[in-house]
Amino acid sequence: MSVGKPLPHDAAHLHVTGTARYIDDMPLPADTLHAAFGLSKVAAGCITAMDLEKVRAAPGVVMVLVAADLPFANDVSPSAHDEPLLATDTVHYMGQPLFLVLATSHLAARKAARLGHVSVEETKPILTIDDALAADARFENGPVIWARGDVEAALSAAPNLIEGSMEIGGQEHFYLEGQAALALPQENGDMDVMSSTQHPTEIQHKVAEGLGLPQHGVRVETRRMGGAFGGKESQGNALAVACAVGAHLTGRPVKMRYDRDDDMIITGKRHDFRIAYRAGFDDSGMLTGVDFRQYARCGWAQDLSLPVADRAMLHADNAYFLPHVRIESHRLRTNTQSATAFRGFGGPQGMVGIERVMDQIAHKLGLDGAEVRRRNYYDAPQPTGAGTGHRYGRAHSPAQAQLRNLTPYGMKVQGFLLNDMTADLIARSDYIARRAAVDRFNAENEVLKKGLSLTPVKFGISFTLSHLNQAGALVHVYADGSVRMNHGGTEMGQGLFQKVAQVAASRFGIGVEAVRITATDTGKVPNTSATAASSGTDLNGMAVAAACDTIRERMSAHLAEAKGCAPEQVVFEGGNVRWPGGSIPFAEAAARAYAARISLSATGFYATPGLSWDRQKGHGTPFFYFAHGVAVTEAVIDTLTGENRLLRTDILHDAGASLNPAIDIGQIEGGYVQGAGWLTCEELVWDNRGALRTHAPSTYKIPAVSDPPPVFNVALWPGANRADTIYRSKAVGEPPFMLGISAFLALSDAVAACGAGYPALDAPATPERILAAVERVRDGV
Amino acid sequence: MSNKMHIQLNVNGEAHEFLAEPRELLIYALRERLNITGPHVGCDTSHCGACTVTLDGKSVKACTMFVAQANGAEITTIEGIGSPDALHVLQESFREHHGLQCGFCTPGMITRAVKLLEENPTPTEEEVRFGMAGNICRCTGYQNIVKSILAAANEMNAQPSSSEAVGHNKVEAAE
Ligand code: FES
Ligand code: FES
Repeated sequence: MSVGKPLPHDAAHLHVTGTARYIDDMPLPADTLHAAFGLSKVAAGCITAMDLEKVRAAPGVVMVLVAADLPFANDVSPSAHDEPLLATDTVHYMGQPLFLVLATSHLAARKAARLGHVSVEETKPILTIDDALAADARFENGPVIWARGDVEAALSAAPNLIEGSMEIGGQEHFYLEGQAALALPQENGDMDVMSSTQHPTEIQHKVAEGLGLPQHGVRVETRRMGGAFGGKESQGNALAVACAVGAHLTGRPVKMRYDRDDDMIITGKRHDFRIAYRAGFDDSGMLTGVDFRQYARCGWAQDLSLPVADRAMLHADNAYFLPHVRIESHRLRTNTQSATAFRGFGGPQGMVGIERVMDQIAHKLGLDGAEVRRRNYYDAPQPTGAGTGHRYGRAHSPAQAQLRNLTPYGMKVQGFLLNDMTADLIARSDYIARRAAVDRFNAENEVLKKGLSLTPVKFGISFTLSHLNQAGALVHVYADGSVRMNHGGTEMGQGLFQKVAQVAASRFGIGVEAVRITATDTGKVPNTSATAASSGTDLNGMAVAAACDTIRERMSAHLAEAKGCAPEQVVFEGGNVRWPGGSIPFAEAAARAYAARISLSATGFYATPGLSWDRQKGHGTPFFYFAHGVAVTEAVIDTLTGENRLLRTDILHDAGASLNPAIDIGQIEGGYVQGAGWLTCEELVWDNRGALRTHAPSTYKIPAVSDPPPVFNVALWPGANRADTIYRSKAVGEPPFMLGISAFLALSDAVAACGAGYPALDAPATPERILAAVERVRDGV
Repeated sequence: MSNKMHIQLNVNGEAHEFLAEPRELLIYALRERLNITGPHVGCDTSHCGACTVTLDGKSVKACTMFVAQANGAEITTIEGIGSPDALHVLQESFREHHGLQCGFCTPGMITRAVKLLEENPTPTEEEVRFGMAGNICRCTGYQNIVKSILAAANEMNAQPSSSEAVGHNKVEAAE
């Protein structure tokens, strides 16, 4: 069976030879036009005049469009219809598309787009969290508040109290392939769109609205993306609609690719957050109450900000039982890029909040951070027949005590693995001895200081908008036994296609080379959800398995009848189809079924069971299950410069019964490095006019090949998912990202070694911030 | 606009001649004129390495070189290193060791790695990291990329005649 094998990525042989095609590599019809946006140079104001004469007169320009020229809907929002493709009268951020240029080459379009003269009556932009709070600029009417118990009483009764606030920066996706789309006009006014998108169905919907067509008039195809990380969940809409409208008006194919600078200036990023907190705890570090105020800077349009902010609230507990808790979430509107989905979708920010609390509690009590965390963990699953003196790691847990396993939103945490995983990683990583070694090193060294930190991840799997948890698939078996299949998920490098191909091969008992996965296509599988929320394999793997099983059952029934056995006695294995007393190759079984006029094509469908969620109340079961991970990171800082390095990382991660351990380990390594990048070196800077000053990799530091720690051990936790997922595997796209929090807190721990004060580091922990924190800690603040 | 230059390039062993504006960038000459789309455009500003090619024996970022500067040069792109059914040792190694996820950085990575192993056939891990410093990967965290390169170096050193074979000739894929 091919599931569980570390097989190479399905397109690896194409990638290594440069023959895997992205949108920008597609051969274009001879008359293709290229599109570019003219961008706003101010962050806020009213457009009073647009002089585009020079743009129109520029060499190669075929057409220039403003909002009024758009034939139908002027909207590329994934949610609230508040995101015009081209600005109407108001400018909302610096970099907002104002007009669209169609020209005979990419360069001609971009050059011309720089020639527009747009007069804007500027207003004072709302740029920061404080600006937005002062102006009460927000989405939804007021903050969203979820609470359990009586936080104020818990805080005032608590023997110990901490409070503080931290800034958590955003993050540029920097998918290596920038946003791109290509629209090809078809007969009868139909439109085909090739798009680098995680969400072909949404592209289809937005293009249909933009062209005034029913959805059946638009077909969207996505073979692959050169990275996405959430940045292609909604941010491709503008390019696709621009191309489609251009193609509709000119009758010619239109392609658009953002130059990297434009990409960074136009598109949304991870939400930056401020998290203010107050926490009460006993002398052993056990939390008694915690109060969070989360402030999310959402940018100018709603985009996906509400579910992102919800997920930050849903992960404010991370792995810990919060007896009395209150979480207040502010979704703030600012004149900046509209912040969007990014790996973890708000979860990472929420987790950083509680990890900061744990870190500060440990610091205040002079306890080991890992120990404080373990004390606060949710309870391990109760062994059956327990309740007879079994203890849960705490002195005061009486036998009949209620299990500490209810999240603040009322979902029972089942199958919680972190107690065991943490014990295992502490042993594997030699945490205790290394803790002592780090302390020794710090006692002996003045300039360099080391830090060590262990942090866990518990991440909820499912879209919190419950209806999105569905998927479809289409599978064909041909008469030669080869299989071609299609599903609603998109490939962005995460190995979804490979994993799902392994599922299909396993269902038919054939080799994975007999299975061909084709580009995601809204004409083949309709009404799909974005490939997001880590759920690509869970959903599409199940849908494909269902389609395969339908075909297999038909083949079994046919053979059973011919051979006089029961259908259940027909077995698909090792490339053959067997029945009691006989066996034929799968290909022959397919050929026989064809000859017997049996359909060898089927659709499959899957909807995640058991979800219910009331986002207003903040109550229910939004997740099918949780994925877990735990990391230990060691780091060193130079206290004279703030420069720093990661020295060693050990990770233990729970991918359930992995469908492909090599792919999963790749996700964990890549996720960790990206998460550590977010909290250490990746800094977004806007100036006081609202200009993003870090709009290229020259000023925005992506982790490079020498940045990951020289010792980097990653292991998978052995064990099957308790939830009934595809072959009992677990989603692995997002959860490891948050293991990067251990890198941030290792740096904080190193700073803490400089004096008596608490570092109170903001993220990202750039050398400047580390240096300032060293000063603060030395002053004992 | 009309000061076109006569340009000659030898790309992957094939001679090309055309007229181009001197300011045309090499990456666009390769991708758009010659349909050699293995080298990708990642950042347009010489920071990511997705566009890496070998030019007269040196690794070069084709996005920040004018085609005029490349006039008369011998260029090797990923397409000249191997093909899907005749992979270079490094290509096989990246495939086998999961040295890629989205694959967008891969052609540039491998083109650079081929050159790196020519410059230093027995690199340490640190030397690999140093030598690959100009190539960004946003997906993998680099672990498997480094692993792929080190494994390929081992493989090539185990093959007696491999040092001449690296780079310009195709090397049969190792099992
Ligand atoms: S595109 Fe040339 S280095 Fe990034
Ligand atoms: S594999 Fe995606 S950028 Fe390297």
